[in-house]
Amino acid sequence: MLEYKNDIWKALLALAPTLLLMAVFTFYPMINTVFSAFMEGYCYGVWRDNGNTIGWLSHYGETIMQSSYDAEGNLIGFTETYVGIGFGNFVTIFKDPTFIDALKNTAIMVIVSVPVTVIIGLLISVALNGIKKLQSVFQTIYFLPYVTNTIALGLVFAVLFSSRNGLINSFIESLGGNRVAWITPFAGKNPSYFTCLFVLMVYTVWNGLAFKILVFLSGMQSIDKQYYQAAQIDSTPRWRVFTKITVPLLSPMIAYITITSFIGAFKAYSSVIAIFNGNYGPRSNPNMLITVVGYTYDKLGKMSNVNELGRACASALVLFAIIMAITVVELWVSKKKVHY
Amino acid sequence: MNQEVILSEEELRKFKIKRTIGNIGIYVFLVIVALFIIIPFYWMLATALRSEVELQQTKISFFPKEWVFANFKSAIDYASNKGANFFLFYGNTILVGFLTTLGTLITTILAAFAFARLNFKGKEVIFSILLATMMIPGEIFVISNYATISSWGMKNTYAALVLPFITSVFYIFFLRQTFRQIPNELYLAAKVDGTSDFKYLWKVMIPMAKSTITSITILSMMGSWNAYVWPNLVSEKDHYLVSNGLLSIYKDVDGTGQILSLQMAAATMITVPLLIVFLILRKQIMRGVSRSGIKG
Repeated sequence: MLEYKNDIWKALLALAPTLLLMAVFTFYPMINTVFSAFMEGYCYGVWRDNGNTIGWLSHYGETIMQSSYDAEGNLIGFTETYVGIGFGNFVTIFKDPTFIDALKNTAIMVIVSVPVTVIIGLLISVALNGIKKLQSVFQTIYFLPYVTNTIALGLVFAVLFSSRNGLINSFIESLGGNRVAWITPFAGKNPSYFTCLFVLMVYTVWNGLAFKILVFLSGMQSIDKQYYQAAQIDSTPRWRVFTKITVPLLSPMIAYITITSFIGAFKAYSSVIAIFNGNYGPRSNPNMLITVVGYTYDKLGKMSNVNELGRACASALVLFAIIMAITVVELWVSKKKVHY
Repeated sequence: MNQEVILSEEELRKFKIKRTIGNIGIYVFLVIVALFIIIPFYWMLATALRSEVELQQTKISFFPKEWVFANFKSAIDYASNKGANFFLFYGNTILVGFLTTLGTLITTILAAFAFARLNFKGKEVIFSILLATMMIPGEIFVISNYATISSWGMKNTYAALVLPFITSVFYIFFLRQTFRQIPNELYLAAKVDGTSDFKYLWKVMIPMAKSTITSITILSMMGSWNAYVWPNLVSEKDHYLVSNGLLSIYKDVDGTGQILSLQMAAATMITVPLLIVFLILRKQIMRGVSRSGIKG
């Protein structure tokens, strides 16, 4: 056995940059977010004097301060600071109809987009795996959405579904149908929840397929060819080959993709604001499809108001709890179902 | 016992026909999916090239009636009129992407080296703590980091855009896996020759992990090109990255679609560079993404 020396000093040196950065930007925020979520009456604001920023204030002392604003409406002091520890912020957000909407919207988006993307991705991968000619051409095309900018293509989908002169409505019209108010009003009709969600889901699926196809396909290519050859000798129908060979042998990848898709879908944000040009919904109802992450950032944007930071933190913690719960459940299910 | 299956000529032909029909079906399906993927790109380009008159009509043709390449220039001018510089968005994105990638490479290579090669007490514990942080959604960090950056007076600086992102547990994990595949014997031989640890890292480990490092570089650069949330929080017009510039400058505020061609021209100018890079580095990018996906 070779003698290993202890490299503690070298290790510290090598790890120092990472640990230092993580202390500031990962561990401290984690603790701070949890604390802030439970602090009631805590606020955070810019301290200004004659319009000049003097510094940033964060205070959770016992003193209750009077809020005052300068002529331009900039916050100079605070109404109140930390008044106690408790579940107040959580109670407040769960009483806030916008947050409940955000939870509902996010849940619907997850339930629709994850199964649809995984199943379509799986079908495409199987089809792709079954051909020899043009395989890499198709694969390259399918990968394109992965290397595009989420905001840019979200704007494109808004244009595609524009009710006045979008491609989709022109197509419907050329088939003899009526134009639909997808995400912009048309002929006095405001877009409905269903149409807005539909457009968002089409974009989400379009955007999400690339990664899934890539992972599934590379998984399939590592499945032993003998299984397929055996099936071919027995002239097994394609569908049985798919359900009895491909899916079971691919189940670790399917489990992995499902978990990451769930987590990704719960964090939906950029796709929504891109489709609605910076809002969470059509102009008739700008909060229609607000998500949990959207709600969190909205509260963060107002953090110089009393308690808003705490509510942002509380909402982020709720998101974390949901993601943790889903991950644990899925790991538990996949332990039973996944064929390794 | 076993029934011997002998296909008659007739049956064989039937089987072949079935197979061919199935294959045609597969290709039709794949082409439809390909159209679904490509049409948005086409529509972006087509809208970018349409004249304003054409965009005001309610009947729209699949192909633009005339190609107005001047729309690209108008899109850039439109940003200038709003007090922003479209090229600065590119510059900012490239600069931030470059600095982030460089920083990430330095920190993650060093950390992965420590976890893969060095021996010290608590190695496994520290590594598992780092791995555990990967479970936590980034939104939790963003809130406090915004407060931190603000209180340091660093809002609207390049440092604010770069600092929080120059290390990554995921890449450390990714690199550690690669480093661990390098045989021990190589290290011991280097030790016998009196090579220092850091020289060994530089001369042996980094060259051997070249493909992983390439993947990290690509993924990290792509991350900057796509970044929206954080820059939107901490920066203003002069520090915007491409996504922020696009959404804030070319917002279709009144919903009339007046600026659609400019918006799409800007979107095209942001999308095309990355597509070109992708087509050049297709193999490396796809390999990088799929490997990071499978091992992550």
